[in-house]
Amino acid sequence: MSNTPAELRYTESHEWVRTESDGTLTIGITDHAQQALGDVVFLELPEAGRVVDAKESIAVIESVKAASDIYAPVAGEIIAANQEAVDAPEAVNGDPYGAWLFKIKPANAADVDGLLSAEAYDAVANG
Amino acid sequence: MPHHTPLHATHVAAGARMVDFAGWDMPVNYGSQIEEHHAVRRDAGMFDVSHMLALDLAGAGSKAFLRGLIANDVAKLAEPGKALYSCMLNPEGGVIDDLIVYYLSDNAWRIVVNAGTADKDVAWMQARLAEGGFDATLTVRRDLAMIAVQGPNARAKTWAALPGSEAASAALKPFQAAAWGDFFIARTGYTGEDGFELTLPVDQATITWSALVAAGVKPCGLGARDTLRLEAGMALYGNDMDETISPLDAGLAWTVDFSDAARDFVGKSALLARPASRQVLGLVLEDKGVLRAHQAVFTARGEGETTSGTFSPTLEKAIAMARLPLGVAPGDSVEVDIRGKRLKARVVKASFVRKGQALI
Repeated sequence: MSNTPAELRYTESHEWVRTESDGTLTIGITDHAQQALGDVVFLELPEAGRVVDAKESIAVIESVKAASDIYAPVAGEIIAANQEAVDAPEAVNGDPYGAWLFKIKPANAADVDGLLSAEAYDAVANG
Repeated sequence: MPHHTPLHATHVAAGARMVDFAGWDMPVNYGSQIEEHHAVRRDAGMFDVSHMLALDLAGAGSKAFLRGLIANDVAKLAEPGKALYSCMLNPEGGVIDDLIVYYLSDNAWRIVVNAGTADKDVAWMQARLAEGGFDATLTVRRDLAMIAVQGPNARAKTWAALPGSEAASAALKPFQAAAWGDFFIARTGYTGEDGFELTLPVDQATITWSALVAAGVKPCGLGARDTLRLEAGMALYGNDMDETISPLDAGLAWTVDFSDAARDFVGKSALLARPASRQVLGLVLEDKGVLRAHQAVFTARGEGETTSGTFSPTLEKAIAMARLPLGVAPGDSVEVDIRGKRLKARVVKASFVRKGQALI
């Protein structure tokens, strides 16, 4: 049974990506990722205005167990980081698809099409 | 193919997240590591520690053998069932393993060693036995399972789960053990809380585990075991010491007994020739982040290194054990390199929480 939302896109490094109506992207980490990490206790998110490359390590998530990098799914500019998630990192465990981490204005809107579907991501995550 | 403890199927059936630990497929948590941690600090939790190895040493030469084998001195054990924590050293004074030895009688001892070092430990002990010609035999007890029940209510819940066990174990002092039928009940642990470590026949493991669950003892994984021991300031072999580190540099001088000048033990001459050059202290991170092992620590007396670090669920702060230059003292401010940034930390004694109480 998968609880991977069908309307989102995914990366092999376990980020989810939602395209908003204005073309910006909202990014978080998947349920699979939060389960593997365990209790999340610290987030270090990128600042708005930073220009990032695809697959660039731009954030850090720390659970009790370990630190992991979070990568930019596509190239673009960071337009927001979720301060509420920084203040209450356990929200990433409780609601991984609600607790977004940052928003990107993509350099090329078409780059999102190259990301994984829910089905393809499930195959990666469970493979 | 990793090893399985007798409780492996029980953990999988309970939905535990399993990971490889020293060649064993072990539960890291059953859901939330933090909840498991709190259960031990506030009530009662239990750990399958059957991956650790029990050894029995028997024979008239056992005591003489142990006095030469390990850095602490078993001669101080006079009361049957009394336990002693010690390092077993190589000739260079490095730590082969840390272990617990229980005194049953002058001719009978129980030793418990770490899982990851078990094969190496047994080979080392057998070689020392043969070399010294001691009248003693070492028996590997993989026919035994081990369950650590820990927390302020651990003893009472163990007694409720195992009818008849109270009479055998109620009078035990900390670091003391007693036999109860096929069980061996020790008032020891690795969490900084009261409780028991139960050693029992493999075929009793699942029924005992189920009885403890029914008595309200929460199954806990190795994740919580690590945060609990770190809060208690207890060293972890492979992190806080190994074969390249002297116990005098690893904060374990209190376990090395030089009091009997006539006693020689493996590593003694190396330790005497090389006094402590570093000390182990605790760190509490004052900036935001999480301390981990192997981060550089910058002090007024020079550079040191964290050996274990985590987020402390009890203190809700990042804590670490660190090997620091001599002269650094609790209260000092230091900086820790976390991903290239220097963050502020405060030096404390390397014991953060005991018996549910914050010490810092």
